[in-house]
Amino acid sequence: MMHPVRKQRLMIVAVIVVGASLATALVTTALKDNLNLFYEPDRIAAGEAPVGRKIRVGGMVVPGSIVRNPETLAVTFVLTDYSADVAVQYQGILPDLFAEDAGAVATGVLNAEGVFMAEQVLAKHDEKYMPPEVAKALEGKSASDYKNSYSNDNDSDPASEY
Amino acid sequence: MISVIPEIGHLALLLCLPIATALAVLPMAGAAASWHLLQRSGPLLSSGLWLFLAVAFACLTYSFLHDDFSVVLVAQHSNTALPSYYKFSAVWGNHEGSLLLWVFILASWTLAVAYLGKSLPPDMHARVLAVLGGIAVGFLLFIIFTSNPFERNLISPPLEGNDLNPLLQDIGLILHPPLLYIGYVGFAVAFAFAIAALIGGKLDAAWARWTRPWTTVAWLFLTVGIALGSWWAYYELGWGGWWFWDPVENASFMPWLAGTALIHSLAATEKRGVFRSWTVLLAILAFSLSLLGTFLVRSGILVSVHAFASDPTRGMFILLFLAVTVGGSLLLYALRAPTIKPLATFKLLSRESWLLINNSLLAVSLAVVLIGTLFPLVMSALDLGSYSVGPPYFNKLFLPLMVLLMLFMGVAPYLNWKHNRLTPVLVRPWYMVSIVALGIAMLAVALLSQRYVTQWRFGAFITVALSSWLLLMTLTHAGLKARRFASAKNSSAWQGLASLSRSYWGMVVAHSGIAVMALGIGLTSSYSVQKELAMSPGAVADVAGYRFVLEKLEDVKGPNYSATIASFGVGRLSDGTLVKGLPIRLQPEKRFYYAAKNVMTEAGIHGRLTRDLYVSLGDSLEDERWAVRIYVKPFIRCIWLGALMMAAGGLLVVIDKRYMPRLPVRTDAPSDTVASKEQAVV
Repeated sequence: MMHPVRKQRLMIVAVIVVGASLATALVTTALKDNLNLFYEPDRIAAGEAPVGRKIRVGGMVVPGSIVRNPETLAVTFVLTDYSADVAVQYQGILPDLFAEDAGAVATGVLNAEGVFMAEQVLAKHDEKYMPPEVAKALEGKSASDYKNSYSNDNDSDPASEY
Repeated sequence: MISVIPEIGHLALLLCLPIATALAVLPMAGAAASWHLLQRSGPLLSSGLWLFLAVAFACLTYSFLHDDFSVVLVAQHSNTALPSYYKFSAVWGNHEGSLLLWVFILASWTLAVAYLGKSLPPDMHARVLAVLGGIAVGFLLFIIFTSNPFERNLISPPLEGNDLNPLLQDIGLILHPPLLYIGYVGFAVAFAFAIAALIGGKLDAAWARWTRPWTTVAWLFLTVGIALGSWWAYYELGWGGWWFWDPVENASFMPWLAGTALIHSLAATEKRGVFRSWTVLLAILAFSLSLLGTFLVRSGILVSVHAFASDPTRGMFILLFLAVTVGGSLLLYALRAPTIKPLATFKLLSRESWLLINNSLLAVSLAVVLIGTLFPLVMSALDLGSYSVGPPYFNKLFLPLMVLLMLFMGVAPYLNWKHNRLTPVLVRPWYMVSIVALGIAMLAVALLSQRYVTQWRFGAFITVALSSWLLLMTLTHAGLKARRFASAKNSSAWQGLASLSRSYWGMVVAHSGIAVMALGIGLTSSYSVQKELAMSPGAVADVAGYRFVLEKLEDVKGPNYSATIASFGVGRLSDGTLVKGLPIRLQPEKRFYYAAKNVMTEAGIHGRLTRDLYVSLGDSLEDERWAVRIYVKPFIRCIWLGALMMAAGGLLVVIDKRYMPRLPVRTDAPSDTVASKEQAVV
């Protein structure tokens, strides 16, 4: 007969071990299925991104590339990192801060024709903010372009007009 | 004219640092050296700290309310056109101000412990206050050296401010951060009790009884704070979602999970003297996760409306503070925990075991959220790619864990402490309850599937069955307990119900809250109907048995924005015809904020307990034509109702008679002898 305290401790350890291993197994599989890797447009153009698997792509929205169908709410636009472009197709309502020449990140699947079929489109949170991944994607490519857009923001700042 | 108010505020803030340092050192030293004068210095120093922080906070508020744009913070986050209640909330709608609020709330908790905790043994009281003082020192250093809210620009103060982020211009956001912080920071008290007990070597039932009400208060505020955040996201973001598994949401949810485990483990420690070292560990964990949440949110490494700052030194400071706090407390724990022996034993079939299972499930859920939240950050820090973890990861793992948790939650109250014989447990009422719950689920799902013209939803069936089972199990337990009491005392059933303790009712209400929330989650995810379409005035859309008619579009001007308001008339359909015309009016808006040049969506919502009608405007397509998003969301309100019930349950526990501060008048009353007797028993 085991000492009751020891027996109790053994039980606790058993619960922890079983729980932890079960959790690890579940977490690993769930994580593996739901990780969305981020790709810059130039890596997609280079064919590095998998086709048919859920990924994310981000960059600046090319001015004049947004085409909407007012009947069906289908929209296409082009994301760029200033060295390569990706065409994006989306069905639905775009976020408030989605705009030409502003950063956006799309989650979806790349099809065989190289068009990105987006399920979700996110834009930056406010005028001053650049999604870090987009900022990184643009790094060293044409950084001056997006820095310019920063200083433009500052110019339009009512405070600095005086 | 230049105001000196910000300078007064800054000075008050600077003076807090020596006071907090004294608070961190003197009572602790006094307790160690048994020097009573020092040991009793805690309350005085806590009052001083609170007073000076209150002055600092009031000065900052004054600057915001009076549009003092020579204060950089005010210029960046406020605007003369901003309504004054938003100027008030703008005080904490930014990095510096929110930290000042954090430390002010910490000082308020400290003050409360100083004066409400007088019944604590003097050395314990002194140590608790000192630990809280130490935390205040850390945060004050952070504010003063990296995030000074009173920084000024006296040379060329702007004439107009940048305005508050429009997303934050909302009543929910006036209340959400303070409530959340009261919860977050409240775990500092549980942490301080744990550390003080580890230092003093006194981890007894009395320690658990002192910690319990404080922890419960913190937990209930956190519950309301999270619920409010979720409600805000629902109506303000215009996506109709109520939880996104966004890292910032997770940052507040993780301390909540740890706190929930903690209040249950404390119950076992108080009643039976078991799980003492686990309870201490949870107290450390809950507060560490609060700090981690602060780090995640305030360091700017997350993409979020919450992330105000992106200054790496700030992130490094919080990380360092986190490392010192967590590392130090875990070291202390490792040194002291082996000396903690369980004071009692229990069998597998006992309430202790089931509380342990509940705790393990909560701990595993916590690990799931933690991994999903930190994984992308770790990968990106190691430069292994930029990942995001999709919501399906969380849903897939979280739902089965919650199902298990609810099953154990329904049964646990029926088990006695220590051990149970199997037979009486097996003849308890759950066969009956299970059959009734299955019947309710069949009926409900049949009705709902007919109402929303869908197939039979298995998920909805499981949720309804499980929720009604949990609800019935919990209420039946209360009924049986009351009946047993009534028959023992020969009184009526009502007197029996009234005689149950408040903390017992707290459990009943909180567990019922879980059932209500689960019901809301399950039914909303099964039966919500969504439609996105283009509409111009006069257009008609039929969604889930409702007709939505876009009647007109108007342009209006608000205090600091211009807006387009769409007016929708909505009515119930029966066989394709309107039953009573269009009695419901929905007015979603699209706003353009001048100062920040931001576009914002304000949804139009008509809420009933059984369903929400929700319309939000997308973009303007061509002249009078707008993209419109229409949702019908059944039972979504149950989610927040359930959360409020949980918080109400927490409140009932806190106002239980045994936690009430003993009034000075009753010093001769036997309450003290009861306490000492219980200690003797333990």
